[in-house]
Amino acid sequence: MEEKKARPLSRVSAGETVRLVRIDAGAGLNSRLTAMGLIPKVEIKVVKSGRPGPFVISVKGSKMMLGRGVVHKILVI
Amino acid sequence: MAKKKITVALAGNPNSGKTSIFNMLTGAHQHVGNYPGVTVEKREGTCKYMDFEMTVVDLPGTYSLAAHSTEELVARNFLIEQEPDVVVDIIDASNIERNLYLATQLIEMDLPLVLAFNMSDIAKQEGLVFDIEHLSALLEAKIVPTVGNKGKGRVELLNAIVESVQETKGTRRHKVNYGEEIEHELGILEQIIIETEESLVRKYNPRWLAVKMLERDRDIISKVNNQKLLNAINSSSEHLKGIFGDNPEIVIADRRYGFISGACQETIKSTVELRHNVSDMIDAIATNRFFGLPVFLILMYVVFQLTFTFGAYPMGWLEEFFGWGGGAIATFWPAGSESWFKSLLIDGVIGGVGGVIVFLPNILLLFLAISVLEDSGYMARAAFVMDRIMHKIGLHGKSFIPMLIGFGCSVPAIMGARILENRRNRLTTIMVIPLMSCGARLTIYALLIPAFFAEKWRGPMLWIIYLIGIVLAMVCAKILRLTVFRGETTPFVMELPPYRMPTLKSVCIHMWQRGWMYLRKAGTIILAISIILWAAMSYPKPGDESLAGLDTAQAEQQKLEYSVIGRVGRAIEPVLKPLGFDWKIGTALIGATAAKEVFVSQLAIVYAVGSDKENSESLREKLQTNYTPLTGFCIMLFCLIYAPCVATVAVTRHESGSWRWALFQFFALTVIAYVLTFVVYQIGSLLI
Repeated sequence: MEEKKARPLSRVSAGETVRLVRIDAGAGLNSRLTAMGLIPKVEIKVVKSGRPGPFVISVKGSKMMLGRGVVHKILVI
Repeated sequence: MAKKKITVALAGNPNSGKTSIFNMLTGAHQHVGNYPGVTVEKREGTCKYMDFEMTVVDLPGTYSLAAHSTEELVARNFLIEQEPDVVVDIIDASNIERNLYLATQLIEMDLPLVLAFNMSDIAKQEGLVFDIEHLSALLEAKIVPTVGNKGKGRVELLNAIVESVQETKGTRRHKVNYGEEIEHELGILEQIIIETEESLVRKYNPRWLAVKMLERDRDIISKVNNQKLLNAINSSSEHLKGIFGDNPEIVIADRRYGFISGACQETIKSTVELRHNVSDMIDAIATNRFFGLPVFLILMYVVFQLTFTFGAYPMGWLEEFFGWGGGAIATFWPAGSESWFKSLLIDGVIGGVGGVIVFLPNILLLFLAISVLEDSGYMARAAFVMDRIMHKIGLHGKSFIPMLIGFGCSVPAIMGARILENRRNRLTTIMVIPLMSCGARLTIYALLIPAFFAEKWRGPMLWIIYLIGIVLAMVCAKILRLTVFRGETTPFVMELPPYRMPTLKSVCIHMWQRGWMYLRKAGTIILAISIILWAAMSYPKPGDESLAGLDTAQAEQQKLEYSVIGRVGRAIEPVLKPLGFDWKIGTALIGATAAKEVFVSQLAIVYAVGSDKENSESLREKLQTNYTPLTGFCIMLFCLIYAPCVATVAVTRHESGSWRWALFQFFALTVIAYVLTFVVYQIGSLLI
């Protein structure tokens, strides 16, 4: 069993690979992120962490950018 | 023998190369319009193959067919209502898993499906090997490898389309299996749907409806009329949530990916180790914390230089052509005769419309540059770099791109705002674009700055004017986003596609389509308004006696004073006095609503120096004697901000979908211009 607690993606550093736990967002954003590959347990590799600027992540073989507001809502382990 | 007519719909993710497939199928036989009621581009074309006449419709690129964005709804409604004979889903073969998500939703819609595995050359390079037959069976769709931007796979794709049309319905399962628990609930819902919602069942497949209901699809649920069904949906959802610990829509999505994953594992082999590719290396700089912004600014500067330096040559030719054309038409009338029709044609039509067409080379070049940036994938990086700044004023990262284009000309800039998906963002951006001082206004500054300011102040003065425009645009954008266009900033979610080499063909097609739209739309309204303005400038005419003894320049001055515009200029003089303007400037300002450059020629006429450019020195002298530098600055400030030119208004109307926003922009900018200039002039007069 994993010891780590779930944390928002915004707290993950570049180079780390994590897994999605859930997304705490409205239906629209949820649907969009899901359609782009973000479902529970999917592997997310953080290519570039924001601070400043958007995050760049790699999911299911493709890269995408997520703004700060969005990464706060994505919980990962 | 008569050809069979069929409709083929093209669907697919953004960045999958859908457009290149569309171009590959339809060639030059295509046109762009709008879906009724929304500003979503509708691209349609035709293709003849064997004994079929195909209408090919390029649906908006989407990641899914949920009901959450206009593009998704438009695509979905087209598929349901128009019932195309075949749907072709264009898939980026080097990125299959995510691309197939849309395919799973298409499978459920009961339409014959063909999958185009596009960019198959890149997939091959990355060492991916597909067992096409097996995968095709699992997905129940024909699969055709294609390389859209090189035109490969055209015939095979057309064959697949033709074969799919001829298949009979009902030989397919059309289902993605969601697992026992969900299938059980779906069965229950299906029953109730068939019992209680007859009208819906006539239009939609009951199973598809059931899936959508469990997914809490807003559009479908709003169509449900009876409480029994609504209760059933709720209880099924709760039941499933209890089992899985997650909302059903998440579980359904998960099962879809599971299905995809399973199918892919069986049929796709990767034979080469994935390595850091070229894209990552470029991105190390392009999205770098320190280098990203400078790289962006340099690229924008290059784009700018390209369009306005290279564009200057064809612009010059077009100006000459229209000048010649005017002269040629004049020869139809005996020399010296004054016909109103001749004047209408030459000064009104050719002068007005010609003035707009002359911009076409600039616009084409601008769109060429944008197409290259988009097709290569750089645009996404630009949005990344600009996001922080744009976010502070409430806009999306991508907003900066149309704003930058506005420094050249507002017309293509406003059209370029289409890259913004969120309507509020788009409208806000469109509203403030005219504040990015355009090329036409530069002619005004070029006249006034040397007239009023010593050499060492000229450069800085120009800079200050531009800067004021930018700052004002940001302030206005912020205000608009807090008031009229209030709403959450769209969450910034954007795919970062790998860099690709744009092909000349696709870039040229993009460029041409946008250029044609500019001509057609802006052109028709501008023609109308040019004629009106021409009439206002030419009539009423003073009698010949009052012109006796005056040279040409003085005669022109008299005529202008006597005309509608001249009189209006005099009439509004009291209003302009607090800004430091007189009726002569007023006349020029009114004329400049046709096109900003007209300001200069109108001012020249009203000071009787004749309207050719060689006389600008004498015009400057006259200005110096009549006005103070403070007034000179105020004129530029006013011109920077007030009402955009007719072409801009026309395009704003077109892109925003109603006159309301175009007029709002027109009047709001004028009011702001008035207030600001008033303040500057009054305070300035006190200080100096």
